Amino acid sequence: MSKLSQRHLLGIKNITREDIDLIFETAENFKEVINRPIKKVPSLRDVTIANIFFENSTRTRLSFELAQKRLSADVINFSASTSSVKKGETLLDTVNNILAMKVEMIVMRHASVGAPHFLSRHIKANIVNAGDGTHEHPTQALLDCFSIREKLGAVAGKKVAIIGDILHSRVALSNIFALQKLGAKVMVCGPPTLLPRFIGQLGVQVELDVKKALAWCDVANVLRIQLERQQLKYFPSLREYTLYYGIDKKMLDGLKKQIVLMHPGPINRGVELSSDAADSHHSVILDQVENGVAIRMAVLYLLAGAN
Amino acid sequence: MRKKIILDSHQLDITLSRLCQQVIENHNDFQNTVILGLQPRGVFLAHLIQQKLAQQIKNPISLGYLDVTFHRDDFRRRDTPAKASETKIDFIIEERNVLLIDDVLYTGRTVRAALDAMIAFGRPAKVELLVLVDRKHTRDLPIAADYVGAYVNTVDTQRVLVEWEGHGAKQNKVWLVNKD
Repeated sequence: MSKLSQRHLLGIKNITREDIDLIFETAENFKEVINRPIKKVPSLRDVTIANIFFENSTRTRLSFELAQKRLSADVINFSASTSSVKKGETLLDTVNNILAMKVEMIVMRHASVGAPHFLSRHIKANIVNAGDGTHEHPTQALLDCFSIREKLGAVAGKKVAIIGDILHSRVALSNIFALQKLGAKVMVCGPPTLLPRFIGQLGVQVELDVKKALAWCDVANVLRIQLERQQLKYFPSLREYTLYYGIDKKMLDGLKKQIVLMHPGPINRGVELSSDAADSHHSVILDQVENGVAIRMAVLYLLAGAN
Repeated sequence: MRKKIILDSHQLDITLSRLCQQVIENHNDFQNTVILGLQPRGVFLAHLIQQKLAQQIKNPISLGYLDVTFHRDDFRRRDTPAKASETKIDFIIEERNVLLIDDVLYTGRTVRAALDAMIAFGRPAKVELLVLVDRKHTRDLPIAADYVGAYVNTVDTQRVLVEWEGHGAKQNKVWLVNKD
């Protein structure tokens, strides 16, 4: 099979293990492409892609844009803060106006859960979810798993601890789905207030002690405290959070084994990760960024080619 | 499905030896020549050619794999995206003589894509094409091979199948297959 089972990438939940394997295989080839002296291939030469970001993003938007340009696609960028959305236009109207300009693919980030799913029922263009609220962020999960596979040889059988603000994290949910589909064991770790109430029902282990989580895992994926999504006080202070859940190099060096340290960015240095941990040899954070471009190239290539 | 043999393993061996002699005639000691096998099937032939050349030439002969998938001109014109293979070129082709190798030359579109893909690794001094089988009168583009193992007259409903020992076949053989 060299075709995805879906026309859109809305989430990891509704794609198959075979889809993930195909994306990884394709991404390996693109990783070779982006390390060439000339990094551009003409595959998506006649495709126009709109990046529609209703929420702030640096890394994901740049990564998508670079992936699109490396594939020779035509790219238009749209951010809600400078658009007519402010004047009261609905999501569907905004998108239909963009599609009327002959756009074939949409990459969208939206603060509302399910926004890309809603769009997929109403428009013909291929949609890639670049994050919908606290729901899913599929390309991030794919690049995280791809980085684990690259570093450890396989994802199956590995123990992965996702540590931090699980409640507000779309990265956590997509990672749980992806890791489980690939056969990894998943643990979530964080303060009880930042763990969703029924998270255990997804088949993940729950741990409140970060030291125990680190001792258990092969890979620690550390998440940011999403202060912008927190309307309530979930913990007394950032200082207290750091004291109980912050990870530093001393903790990593004190483990009896070598673990892989990941972070989807942006890092709050000195909060969830100390600087010496983030910059240590355990960390694959910058490899994740490089793999992000290759993964997004693979997703765009496979979706565009299936028309 | 009817199959007819074009080259059996003995004939194929003679053909490969002849192709190597022709290549040596033009490239002497291979000091400035590199080989690029086209993925996926041209790579097997490229390895055989490299082995045969190594019996006669002292200099090491550089061999790379070139995948043209992302440079094809039929993207979005087929039902499923073409599946890519590995590109592995550990040398610079700038100012070198490049010998492109593929098993079958048909429409010429793969070779066109290969010329395009190759440029990402430098500007070669000269590029030549070696194919095991040239399907005559089927070209869509003005492309011709410099070294040809065998010319075969075919029609669109036929396919040329090259089997390689160790890659799903017991012996090296070339078949003409009727698709009906």
